[in-house]
Amino acid sequence: MEKKMTEETSAQTDALAPIMTARGVDVFYGKKQAIKNVSLDIPENQITALIGPSGCGKSTFLRCFNRMNDTIESCRVTGDIQFAGQDIYAPKVDVVALRSRIGMVFQKANPFPKSIFDNVAYGPRIHGLSESKDHLAEIVVTSLRRAGLYDEVSDRLDEPGTSLSGGQQQRLCIARAIAVDPQIILMDEPCSALDPIATAIIENLMESMKEKYTIVIVTHSMQQAARVSQRTAFFHLGELVESGSTEAIFTNPEQERTQNYISGRIG
Amino acid sequence: MSGSRDFTLRRSNRRNQIKEYAIQAVLMACSFVAIFTTIGIVASLAFEAYRFFGRIPLADFLFGLEWSPQTAMRADQVGASGKFGVLPLLSGTLLISFIAMCVATPLGILSAVYLAEFARSKTRNIIKPMLELLAGIPTVVYGFFAALVVAPIIRGMGSGVGFQISSESALAAGLVMGIMLVPFISSLSDDVLNAVPQALRDASSGMGATETETIIKVVLPAATPGIIGSLLLAISRAIGETMIVVMAAGLAANLTANPFEAVTTMTVQIVTLLTGDQEFDSAKTLAAFAIALFLLVLTLGLNIVALRIVDKYKQKYA
Amino acid sequence: MPDYLLTTSPQMAKRHARHSRFQWYGRIAIAISISFMLLMFTAIFVRGTGAFQKTMIAVDVDFAETMIDPKGTRVEMDLKQGNYKPLILAGLQEIIPGVTERKERNALYKLVSGGAVFDLGERVAANPGMIGTTQRVWIAASSEVDLYVKGKVDVESEEAVRRLKDQDIDWVKLLQENGRVKRKFNQVFFTKGDSRSPEMAGILSAALGSFFSLLVCFLIAFPLGILTAVYLEEYAKKSRMTNLIEVNINNLAAVPSIVFGLLGLAVFLNFFNLPRSTPLVGGMVLALMTLPTIIIASRSILRSIPQSTRDAAMGLGASKTQTTFHHVVPLAMPGMLTGTILGMARALGETAPLLMIGMVAFIVDVPKGVTDVATSLPVQIFLWADSPEKGFVELTSAAIMVLLIFLIFMNLFAVYLRRRLERRR
Repeated sequence: MEKKMTEETSAQTDALAPIMTARGVDVFYGKKQAIKNVSLDIPENQITALIGPSGCGKSTFLRCFNRMNDTIESCRVTGDIQFAGQDIYAPKVDVVALRSRIGMVFQKANPFPKSIFDNVAYGPRIHGLSESKDHLAEIVVTSLRRAGLYDEVSDRLDEPGTSLSGGQQQRLCIARAIAVDPQIILMDEPCSALDPIATAIIENLMESMKEKYTIVIVTHSMQQAARVSQRTAFFHLGELVESGSTEAIFTNPEQERTQNYISGRIG
Repeated sequence: MSGSRDFTLRRSNRRNQIKEYAIQAVLMACSFVAIFTTIGIVASLAFEAYRFFGRIPLADFLFGLEWSPQTAMRADQVGASGKFGVLPLLSGTLLISFIAMCVATPLGILSAVYLAEFARSKTRNIIKPMLELLAGIPTVVYGFFAALVVAPIIRGMGSGVGFQISSESALAAGLVMGIMLVPFISSLSDDVLNAVPQALRDASSGMGATETETIIKVVLPAATPGIIGSLLLAISRAIGETMIVVMAAGLAANLTANPFEAVTTMTVQIVTLLTGDQEFDSAKTLAAFAIALFLLVLTLGLNIVALRIVDKYKQKYA
Repeated sequence: MPDYLLTTSPQMAKRHARHSRFQWYGRIAIAISISFMLLMFTAIFVRGTGAFQKTMIAVDVDFAETMIDPKGTRVEMDLKQGNYKPLILAGLQEIIPGVTERKERNALYKLVSGGAVFDLGERVAANPGMIGTTQRVWIAASSEVDLYVKGKVDVESEEAVRRLKDQDIDWVKLLQENGRVKRKFNQVFFTKGDSRSPEMAGILSAALGSFFSLLVCFLIAFPLGILTAVYLEEYAKKSRMTNLIEVNINNLAAVPSIVFGLLGLAVFLNFFNLPRSTPLVGGMVLALMTLPTIIIASRSILRSIPQSTRDAAMGLGASKTQTTFHHVVPLAMPGMLTGTILGMARALGETAPLLMIGMVAFIVDVPKGVTDVATSLPVQIFLWADSPEKGFVELTSAAIMVLLIFLIFMNLFAVYLRRRLERRR
C-alpha cells in the first residue's frame, strides 16, 4: 500500500509545474567554488529533501533559494533561479519581498530574545500584515496551531521564547516562519539538534504542512529524507549527483555515488 | 644501580621544587602590586580626606551649595574658612558629562552599528583605525582645540544671534569631550554587537525583514545591556576626564544647568588646588583629596555596575 | 502572475527608504567624528607649521672690546656676559636712523629677541677673534616681529590692542626693504628648554622629561605587567585571591588618571619623600597607570597560545617554569610588547597625573637623568597653551605635532609587531 502511495505522488510530481527551478547554479566563496552547475526543480506542495555528506554544499544551495547567501560578503551566486517564473537574482527583485514569500527555518532553533507571542508576531508586524491587534493575535494563534505548538504554550504566550525546550523552540521558529504566510519554507537540518521524539513531532508536522506549503529540507539523515520527502536530491562535493522521487533514489539509484552514499560507503 | 638513579632523581626533584616555589612566589608578589596600588589609592585618599573632614564637616562638604576654597591670609579676614560644598562641582561635572554623552551616545552607537552591520570589510578596515586614532589623541590636545577653536566659535555663534555665551562655557568642553568619547563607545558597542549571534540576524532577514528592521527590532534589543554597559563606562570616563575641562571649562563654581555658562568640575578643582603655590596641610590641599575620593567612589561605582552588566550579557551569548 | 518580487507597494518602498536613511545616519555619524578629527589636525597644523621657522634680522654689530671684554681677559664666562645690548641697538640705529629718544630706543631694541645678547655672547666666546671687528650677524627677531613677518598679526586692528605698534611695523618694513629680514629653520625649538619668550622656547627639555619618564615607566610596568599576566594565566588556580586580583585590575583600568597623580603625591612624594617634579616619580605614577592595560593585553595573548605548546613541553619532562619561560612566554613576547607599547603611547600623552606630582614647573635646563627636575611634552603643551603671549599658540601647536608624530610612530611600531606576530602564526 505504501508503495502505491509513492507511485501516486511521483506521478503527481511529473504532472505539476515546479514552483522553483534552478538552472546551472554556481556558488563561490571568494575563489572557492562551493556549488558547481546545479539544476533542480522544486515541485509545489511537496517536500523535497537535499541530502549528501556534510560539506557537500546542500545548505549553501538551499540558501540560494531565498538569497540568504547575500548576507555573506564573499559569496557570489551565478546561474538562473526562478520562483514562480521570475528570476530571483534579477536586479529589480526585492530581496525583502522574496524572503517574505520564501521563509526559512534554521539548523539551530533561533528564537528572538522576546516573548513567544512577539516571536510569532514579528513577521506580520514588519510586513504590516495585520489590520488590528485582534487580527494579529489571530495570526499568531493560527500559526502556533499550524506548527502544533499552541496547545503547549497557550497559557504562557508572554514568556520568553528562549524558555521553551529545544523541540518547542524549533516549532516556534516554524510558527514564526508560517506567520508571514510564505509559499515555500526552506528548512536547514531543522532536527539535527533535537532528540528523536521532538524530531518525530516535527516530521509529522511537515507532513501536514505540505498541503499548504512547499517545503525544501536539507538533512544529513537519509532516514529522515526517506520518511518525509517525496523528492530527493543527492549532493556530493558541490555537485548535484542525482535527483528524482525519493522512492527511486533510495531503492534504485542511477548513479554509483548515490548507491555508495545510501549504502554507507561514502559520507 | 637503580637505587642511585632514584636518588639523583629525587634530589634534583627537590631542588627544582624549591626553585619552582621561589619563582611562583615572585610571580605572585608581582600580581599583588595591583592590589597594593588599589590599597594605596584608597588609603591615601581616605587618610587625607579624613583629615579634611576633621576641619570641614562631612555634611557641609556633601550638601554645601557653595564652593570657594580661598582661605584668607589672615585669620580675621572675611570668609577666612572658605566654603567647601561639593555640589556645584558635582553639578558642573555632570552638566559637562551630560553634554558629552548627548554628543557621544548617538554618534558612538550609530558608528558602531554602521561598522558592525553595514560596512564592507574594506570600509571597516579603513574607518576602524581612524576611530582608533581619534581615541589615541592625548586629551591635552582636545583641551587645546576646545579652548582655542571650539569655544570661540560657539561664543561667536552666540553673539551672532545676540546671545551671551561664556568663553569657558560648559558647551565647548562638553562637545569636545563628546567627540573624545565616540571611539570609546563605538569600539565597546562594536564588540557588543558582534557578540549578538548571527543566527538571530539570519532568522530575521530569513523572514524578509530589511537589515534596518533586523537591527532595530532584533539586534539592538538583544545588545541593549551590553550597550548600556559601554555607555556607563563612557560616563565614568567623562566624569574623571581632566585635561579637556582644565583647559576649556571655567574655574568659577556655578550651580547651574545652563550649558552656555561657565562651570567648573571636580577634576578642575583638584588641579587648581594642588598646582601652583600651596601650603601643605591646609584645608585647601586636603579638600583636593576629599574631592578625589568622591570622584573615585563615583567612577568605580559606575565601573563596577557597567562591568557586571557587560559580564552578564557576555555569559548570555557565550 | 503578479510581480511579488518587485518593489511595488508603497509600504515596501517606505521600508526600503527607512533602511537607506538609517544607513545614512551611520555614515553621517562616522563622518562627523572623522571630520572633527581632520578639522582638529588642520587647525593645529595651520597654527603649528610656522613654529618650525623663525624670523632673523641682520644687524651690523661692532664687536667693540670696551663693551665686551674691557679687561681684555678673554675668559669665556666674561665674554658670554659682555654688554651686547648697546652693540645691537647701535647696529639697529644704523639701519633705522633718527631713533634717539629713550622710549623709542627701547621700542627699537624690542624688535630683536631678548635672547639675542646671550646668542652673541656664545658666538663671541666660541670665536674671540671677532672682537674688534664689525660683522653682519643674523639675530633672532622678537616673537611679535616674527608673528608679523609670518602674517599672523592683524595690522588692521586698533593699535592699542596690538603689541606691535604702527611704528614698529614701519621699522620692520624698512628692515625688510633692506633685505635684512629672513626666515630660517627654528633650531631653538628642538634644542632648548622652556623660556618666557616664545622665540627662545624649545621642547627639548620637555621631550627628554617625557623620555626619562617613559623609561622609568617601561622598566617598572613591563616586567611587572607580564609577570603578573603570566602568574594569573599560567600559575594561579581559580581562587578568591586571584578573583580579587582580577577585579582589582579591571577596576584600576577605569580609575581616572588624575587619581593616580594624587596617589603619587601622597605616597611617593609625601610618604617616601622621593624628589618632587622628577621623571622618576612621574614614571612610577605612569607605570601604575599603564600596568592594568599591559596585564589585560598580555593575558589575552597568553590565552591565545595553544595548549598543545604547553603539553608538548610538559610531555618532555619540562617543569612548569621551564614550560612557561622557555616556550610560552617567548611565543607571547611580540604580542605582550605590542600591548606594552600601546600602553606606553597612552602614558606619553598623559598629563593630569604629572600635574599632581609637580612636573608642571618652568624648566629651562635639559634634564640629564631621572632624578633631575623635569616636565613632559603634554605638560609643556598645557603650560604653553595657558600662556598669554600670542607666540606660544604657534609653539603649542608645533609641540602637539611633535607629540602626535611620536604617538603615531609608537602605534605604527605596535602595528608592525602585531603584523609580524600574525604572520608567524
